[in-house]
Amino acid sequence: MALAEPTATRQKELVRMVRQDCGSCHGMTLQGGLGPALLPAALKDKPAEGLAATIYYGRPGTPMPPWQQFLSEAEAAWIVDKLISEFPQ
Amino acid sequence: MKMLRFLFLLAVSGLLAACVGPQLRGTGDLGLIIERASGQVTLINTSSRQPYARIDGLGDLSHASVVYSRDARYAYVFGRDGGLSKIDLLEARIVKRIIQSGNAIGGSISQDGRIVVAQNYTPGGIKAFDAETLELLSEVPAEYAPGKFSKVVGLADAPGNKFAYALFDGGEIWVSDFSNPRQPTTQRFPAGSQPYDGLITPDGRHFLAGLFGEDGIAMLDLWQPEKGARKILENYGRGEQKLPVFKMPHLRGWSVAQGKAYLPAIGRHEVLVVDVATWQEVGRIAVRGQPVFVMARPDGRQVWVNFAFPDYAKVDVIDTLSGKITQELAPGKGILHMEFTPRGEQVWLSARDDNKVVIYNTGNFAQVGEIAVNSPSGIFFTHRAGRIGF
Repeated sequence: MALAEPTATRQKELVRMVRQDCGSCHGMTLQGGLGPALLPAALKDKPAEGLAATIYYGRPGTPMPPWQQFLSEAEAAWIVDKLISEFPQ
Repeated sequence: MKMLRFLFLLAVSGLLAACVGPQLRGTGDLGLIIERASGQVTLINTSSRQPYARIDGLGDLSHASVVYSRDARYAYVFGRDGGLSKIDLLEARIVKRIIQSGNAIGGSISQDGRIVVAQNYTPGGIKAFDAETLELLSEVPAEYAPGKFSKVVGLADAPGNKFAYALFDGGEIWVSDFSNPRQPTTQRFPAGSQPYDGLITPDGRHFLAGLFGEDGIAMLDLWQPEKGARKILENYGRGEQKLPVFKMPHLRGWSVAQGKAYLPAIGRHEVLVVDVATWQEVGRIAVRGQPVFVMARPDGRQVWVNFAFPDYAKVDVIDTLSGKITQELAPGKGILHMEFTPRGEQVWLSARDDNKVVIYNTGNFAQVGEIAVNSPSGIFFTHRAGRIGF
């Protein structure tokens, strides 16, 4: 995937957002909670584009809200890229 | 597991006074603060407004919650990773720690104080433990259809050594009777779509399950369970587009004040007010975000409201006499939780992103204290030991 990487500062913000705010449903260690686990093993069979769209647009009918007010589609794709490999601390 | 003691520990009278031998002390003004990122808890004293010890080695404490033994000496900490730790507040140490499931969300303690029950997401269900030894007594898998297990939410203790809880995936309220702790019996009640949390009223009579998948709250009268769960606040959104919910609200019996329940709306920036005699909606109060905790001061004169991301630097205070917001506060960044002192003269608020807990005087709204704590979330004082539903 050819992604425009977010700046280092922005990457830190995004990592913090995932761990702290996404973490309120998915767990700070991303092992899942009310929302499903976001660890590489749990995501490996899911297409990256679909995962990025879930972050950006949300999933109607589930508690997953759209995060598009707070990040761009490219940033959502960057988060997915990190989630399916190894998410930074 | 090592315990880090603060240098000023010895300044706190009566606790761990190693040099002068043990002194007798009560626990009524003690409590603990969850440090979610580091797997630690800070033990605090609400009279001195100071921490007196820190305990680590508690695992993943994101979304951790705590209940107290009936003598208010021991705290049971339920971690996200399924850890259940029993902490002695007087000796400031972990007495016992087990990993009881893969993924937990909280717990409760029975009316007689002898059974601690954990509610689990994975595998979905509840487990009962001996409060003394943490020995497993029994479990109730949340198998709502053959082979289908639900995440359990909203677990609350009810009179008669019963526990009420809701099934997020199953859409039901269950009531399990632990009169025989090794052989619980369970009643099931259809509730509605995606219950996200629950509460029991302070008199132990009504169990409410907030619904995410539809507007409304399911209510079960535990004095007349044969009548089944019914909906209250149905269709409060009236088909309007819901606002996104970036964090699920939390329900507990603290929502009831002056004969009314103050409840968070879902997908609306409002607190809904219900008369608990009739269960009819009697008002709505616009607030500055998606409410998460809607907590009454113990006397019921004020209701404090914090919010989901991105509005979690704000706290609104409702005056229950006028039904209006009288204070719009900005106590810090990432306000995750609030806890009142036993009689409500102070409220402690955790500001996660400022790494501190701030203490407010609830009479004049002045900040009267501040404690440095690493990424604080839940704050739990021992007066919960004597309350139904805490």
